[in-house]
Amino acid sequence: MRPEPIRTLELRGITKRFPGVLACDGINLDVPEHSVLALVGENGAGKTTLMNILMGLYQPDEGSILLNGRDVKFRSPNDAFGHGIGMVHQHFMLVPNMTVVENIALGMKETHKTFGLDLKQVRRRILEISERHELPVQPDAFVWQLSVGEQQRVELVKTLCLGARFLILDEPTSELTPQETDELIVLLKKMSDELSIIFISHKLHEVKALSDTVSILRHGRMVFRGNTADHSSSDLAALMTGHEVNLPRNECGDGCGDVLLEIRDLRVRSDRGYMALDGVSLDVRAGEILGVAGVSGNGQRELADTLNGLRRAESGTVLLGGKQLLNRSPRDVIDSGMGYIPEDRNTEGIVPSFSIKENLVLKDFAAGTFSALSFLRLGTIRRNADNLKKRFDIRCPSTDTAAGSLSGGNIQKVILARELARGPKALVAVYPTRGLDMGAEEFIHNQLLERRREGVAILLISEELEEIMNLSDRIAVIYKGRILKIIPGGEATKKGLGMLMAGVMDE
Amino acid sequence: MVNFLTNILILGVPFSVALLLAGLGEMFNQRAGVFNLGCEGIMAMGAFLAFMPPYFLAGSMPAGMANLVGILVAMAAGALMGLVFALVTVTFRAPQGIAGIGLHMLGWGTAGTLFRHFVGGVTGVPGIQTLPIPFLSGIPFLGPVLFNHNPLVYLAFLLVPAAWYLLFKTPWGLKVRSVGTYPRAADTMGINVNRVRYQALALGGAMAGLAGAYLSLAQAKMFADDLVAGRGFIAVALVYFGRWHPVGILGGALLFSLAQSLQLSIQVAGIDFPYEFAVMLPYVLVIVVLALSGKSKMASPTDLGKPYNREQRV
Ligand SMILES: Nc1ncnc2c1ncn2[C@@H]1O[C@H](COP(=O)(O)OP(=O)(O)O)[C@@H](O)[C@H]1O
Ligand SMILES: [Mg+2]
Repeated sequence: MRPEPIRTLELRGITKRFPGVLACDGINLDVPEHSVLALVGENGAGKTTLMNILMGLYQPDEGSILLNGRDVKFRSPNDAFGHGIGMVHQHFMLVPNMTVVENIALGMKETHKTFGLDLKQVRRRILEISERHELPVQPDAFVWQLSVGEQQRVELVKTLCLGARFLILDEPTSELTPQETDELIVLLKKMSDELSIIFISHKLHEVKALSDTVSILRHGRMVFRGNTADHSSSDLAALMTGHEVNLPRNECGDGCGDVLLEIRDLRVRSDRGYMALDGVSLDVRAGEILGVAGVSGNGQRELADTLNGLRRAESGTVLLGGKQLLNRSPRDVIDSGMGYIPEDRNTEGIVPSFSIKENLVLKDFAAGTFSALSFLRLGTIRRNADNLKKRFDIRCPSTDTAAGSLSGGNIQKVILARELARGPKALVAVYPTRGLDMGAEEFIHNQLLERRREGVAILLISEELEEIMNLSDRIAVIYKGRILKIIPGGEATKKGLGMLMAGVMDE
Repeated sequence: MVNFLTNILILGVPFSVALLLAGLGEMFNQRAGVFNLGCEGIMAMGAFLAFMPPYFLAGSMPAGMANLVGILVAMAAGALMGLVFALVTVTFRAPQGIAGIGLHMLGWGTAGTLFRHFVGGVTGVPGIQTLPIPFLSGIPFLGPVLFNHNPLVYLAFLLVPAAWYLLFKTPWGLKVRSVGTYPRAADTMGINVNRVRYQALALGGAMAGLAGAYLSLAQAKMFADDLVAGRGFIAVALVYFGRWHPVGILGGALLFSLAQSLQLSIQVAGIDFPYEFAVMLPYVLVIVVLALSGKSKMASPTDLGKPYNREQRV
């Protein structure tokens, strides 16, 4: 049974409250047929919440959904599927210890027979869809065996298998490498001939490349809608954040001092046992940002872990201000003045269930400032939190809120506040703006540059070329656990870096 | 010597049945993301309720019939207790560990109290009789070990492939596995997470009830307060031990019960071995194997123990 085609879809006056947060505030949205609508807004603007309401996952406090002019109520995603609406969620919704076929069969209720699953039918459908849209997938692989890019394809195939002709994509590019992103954009462009698409992103070049119309959300309100072609990226950025956005640049003055962080011949094994770092040597001087560019998975994680005492190295040297830090405990590393902005905010950066103020003293609560006679000094901890909240513009209902309930950008500000307020000598920042919006990115970049001026040695690991090129004094390209080349920031080009990151050495 | 070993097997196989039944039931609970420590209490209730019809109706209906009624009552009560547990832990999201201990006390206490009130002292029932399988039971060695038991033993062993099929080859099994590992993903696919958890807990409860009935009707042929004697808790441990897989649980149940029958045989044979250590043997064995066995993350239901709330941000 095919559902009736969706000619018009309207959201009227949608309001949704969470404890202490008005996530959507009377939002109206019209989605035209056979086109791509970009829904943009900063982290926490309410995009995901709005789409979850459209999918029937959340119930709105007020407002209604009109389909072809008729009022509809979606109580569960099944109702949305029934009308041909499907969504690829921001975090992959795939069960890791089930195969691709099983994951897709979960939603294909017509294959749920009394005495068994009709996996043949599911497999046939997968192959049909993946051929038609040129989305290669391996039906019998377990999801945990797949790379992020492959999982993204599985998500797309899954949604199409469930009969979606109206596709919602919630920040589909936030976990992808730049190459994978480009491929996805091309693919979606092709698919938009047959389907209607809502594309959520805060990366405006993607929005410009893909969408026909754009709607902008800010703090739960719809502030703008128009044709994408009529507006420049910087106009859209200003509308999104409410102010002009100027990503800062490293002015490349040579204020660098002596070598502060010295890494020699570092050899480290990955979790799977191969040599992930194979003789890496790097120097970072005081007041210098050294960018480490590379496609993720080339040893960046192991490098960051080892520098912070979280992974044992086979051999090598790590000196911070002349002090040997290799294979020392994290406590020793922290006490030596190393700051760390980890890759995985939620599991390594904060304790999600702890309050913001507790997270802000996570590295220092045992020190004299925040405790006395093994009792916590709660007053000092609170004042510290209020102070940092203001200084780092952490947006939260109160500093007693669980840190895990914050948006990504604000979690990152909590981590940044904790690490920078300790006055580190050196800082390792790993993908510091991944998944964040432009406002947060601007803030974080400014903070890093300010620390540089103060003489901190900063190792910036990233795969965003723009970020690396804007901020770094020197850029080291890492490939398969080795440093291929180190170039001065001023001489780097996107093309050149891209080639090096792919392992191509030009002579 | 051969005789000694054969006897251990003949004794050990039926010993494993209560653990196997309860363990398979608990496997469904845990695969759906809920661990039910109340398993022991459900088994106590099951043992008691199954004992009652044969005890009271002895004269008025054939023994086989009374046993069947007892078994069905035990399973129904077990399912009901599973649903109560679901109400508390799934709907009201109470901590599962505490709720499970509460359910254990409730079942155990109620069964004991009602028993003393209605029955009083130790009394036997005819129980479920051995049903040798024609021809097969005559095979030397294999016959007595495998084919000369009461019908519930055969049923329990047939439930191993059945549970495997249910878990891995049916739509319901797929749903169970998904809600225990990544409930939000299941929810976005239109699966009602809480409903599946209710169903799994009802099934697990019914199996625990059946395990209890086995103890009172087939194994001991009587009821007493401490009849279950920790088997419910061991069943919970066996699920981890068996990596949430029916065959693994079968292995664990056999290992434990064979160790137990070995310890009994040692005592019976009058071998000079401190009896306290012999009794400890099965428990120590399970702990050692549990500690040494591989802990592959991919087998376990990773959301085990966590209530699901759709509107809660992860
Ligand atoms: N389940 C939830 N519980 C509490 N607050 C939430 C929940 N989901 C979202 N929020 C809050 O609602 C706001 C909007 O969040 P979200 O829709 O995720 O934004 P976006 O997708 O635009 O980044 C944020 O302030 C966020 O903290
Ligand atoms: Mg979002």
